[in-house]
Amino acid sequence: MTAIAIRAEGLSKTYPLGQLRPNLSLKSAVTEAVTTRLRTARPFDTDTSADASPGSSRGLVHALRDVSMEVRRGEVLGIIGRNGAGKSTLLRILTRITPPTTGWAEIHGRVGALIGVGTGFHPDLTGRENVYLNGAILGMKKAEIDRRFDEIVSFAEIDRFLDTPVKRYSSGMHMRLAFAVAAHMEPEILLVDEVLAVGDAAFQRKCLGKMEGIARENRTILFVSHNMPAVQSLCHRAIWLDEGRIVAEGNTRDVVGEYLQKAFVLLTESTWENPSEAPGNAGVRLRRVCLHPVGGSAQDPITLETPFVVEIEYWNMHAGARFHLELNVISEDGVLIFKTAASGRPEVNGSRPPGLFRDVCHVPAHLLNSGVHRIELLVTRDHMNIEFRKEDIVVFEVLESETPRPWEGNWRGAVRPMLAWSTERLMDERIP
Amino acid sequence: MTAPERSPEVAEPRVTLVRATKGAVDLQELWEYRELLYYLVWRTIKVRYKQTLLGVSWAMLQPLLTMLVLSIFLGRMARVPSSGIPYPLFAYAGLVVWTYFTSALSQSTQSIVEQQAMITRVYFPRILLPVSGVLAATVDMLLSLPVLVGLMLLYEFPLSYAAWTLPVFLLLAAAAALGIGLWLSALNVRYRDVRYAIPFLIQLWFLSTPVMYPSSLLPHPWRILYGINPMAGVVEGFRWALLGTEFHRSLLLVSIASILVALAGGFHYFRRMEATFADVV
Repeated sequence: MTAIAIRAEGLSKTYPLGQLRPNLSLKSAVTEAVTTRLRTARPFDTDTSADASPGSSRGLVHALRDVSMEVRRGEVLGIIGRNGAGKSTLLRILTRITPPTTGWAEIHGRVGALIGVGTGFHPDLTGRENVYLNGAILGMKKAEIDRRFDEIVSFAEIDRFLDTPVKRYSSGMHMRLAFAVAAHMEPEILLVDEVLAVGDAAFQRKCLGKMEGIARENRTILFVSHNMPAVQSLCHRAIWLDEGRIVAEGNTRDVVGEYLQKAFVLLTESTWENPSEAPGNAGVRLRRVCLHPVGGSAQDPITLETPFVVEIEYWNMHAGARFHLELNVISEDGVLIFKTAASGRPEVNGSRPPGLFRDVCHVPAHLLNSGVHRIELLVTRDHMNIEFRKEDIVVFEVLESETPRPWEGNWRGAVRPMLAWSTERLMDERIP
Repeated sequence: MTAPERSPEVAEPRVTLVRATKGAVDLQELWEYRELLYYLVWRTIKVRYKQTLLGVSWAMLQPLLTMLVLSIFLGRMARVPSSGIPYPLFAYAGLVVWTYFTSALSQSTQSIVEQQAMITRVYFPRILLPVSGVLAATVDMLLSLPVLVGLMLLYEFPLSYAAWTLPVFLLLAAAAALGIGLWLSALNVRYRDVRYAIPFLIQLWFLSTPVMYPSSLLPHPWRILYGINPMAGVVEGFRWALLGTEFHRSLLLVSIASILVALAGGFHYFRRMEATFADVV
């Protein structure tokens, strides 16, 4: 049990900013080479650092900085952190997809990776053909695939469609087959990146069960996920990455707890003391924005069961101004969940005297789904003319639940309302 | 190899070192991935003619139709010399090698960019992709050989005593395609210009290769220099081996040298660039 599975020393990965730009062409490379030369002639200016991400300096993006760690054989290690924290980069380095810029790692044993399942699936080939192709891509021998073929097919539940081209599969079947192949590799070390983000709840539970099985066989798992309940129910130990660095490391409960507390008080309160520097325009200036649970403070967690409020304090500069506020609630992946407006009431629709105002929007419990949400503020006249807008006035996460319980898969959908249901028995008899 | 049946505790696992710089070529690893190479070739061939009406006949039709057109316009009308061999046979022999070369070249050039999803998600020796492109083209080439045999029977042309060297010339064509394909596939990852340049490049190359005319059209000292075009020596050599045309030794030697340079350079460049494929592609 004490043997080492992975040892990493000082792993770092930097990308030149230009390298992240897709579809470079020869011409743009030439112009870029010229402008880079011009730029280096004078000191590094603020203009260039502005389009870099927070973790950048001198035109480099540091995806990973000096990460050292040790994973013992049989251990299930969770890697958590925000988007862009370097989790996937770490996994890509350990699987040798991309080399580190500096540092090294030692991998003891055969590595299997679940990164982007279904890689190499060809739509024109049948399910059977794709199992072999995909298995080979994942590094399995034909003999190995032969031996586990029936198991793979029954796990994927596609028996009847084995000889149908994959392009006729539903997305669910496609996903199940892809995961089934990957899950039946027999690596000593399994690296898993967010595979649980796909599929329906039943499928996610099945995947999780499979991983628990692998963990029981004393094989090593590195599990990258955004999903805290899944990490908590699966991992012995966790590492929290932020801006490419290890911020915390230790038993899962502590690390996840710390992460949720610190990382996801992302932005629930902002105050602008000086109106001339506050966001706004000539007519309206923000003073304070705050999101907090009803009866709590901005630092308190928000779960599915928490009703919360969004408070916006602002100055109205002009007498007789007519406007109202609107909020757009947006999910982490940028989907507008809903829009809500403070209009329709006489005190809002009429003309206003100058002064300091406060609008409070009440959001009930059991409305939003779990996950990170962002709110955009709009100041609008007559529902038509947007006078002023500010994105991300608050960013917050709705947590699954305060009490940890076995994770049962993501609940799909933009919202997660708790609706009234009723069930009645209409007939006493059995089917006649 | 670790046998999966053994419990991980008992087995002494293989240690892989992950670091910025690469060591020597891992031949053992390449050997272990031979099955993947097989599946990559198999997939390309299997998929290539799906949902086509003519299926595999495409592999035969392309050189055949080109030969017909060349025979009518160059052989019959322009009276291009063909070393005393019936022009259709002369042209088709050249086209078999030439078509093989170009299809191997374009498939290996596109291989890395086409398999972006694999490159960014799975590790495997990247060189398998351009190699699989060349191998897949080999299958098409083999399919075009029966037509060649048919033409020889039709013209009652005797097989040259040197016919046993034919595979050598096909191998040289493959080596030339791989050498240049390695360069271009790696370059294509960074500069998609390559994709647009390829058809044009192949067209110019075709005109400057003795496929539709014999290299004896060139005066002597120039003919040796002509060998810098690796395909000049290969096409002429193939014809010599099959049809017993004049053997241009110096031309062939220069071409072989040129192939070796392309192969070594291509291999070196590919090795240097392959680490960044996943980040750039």
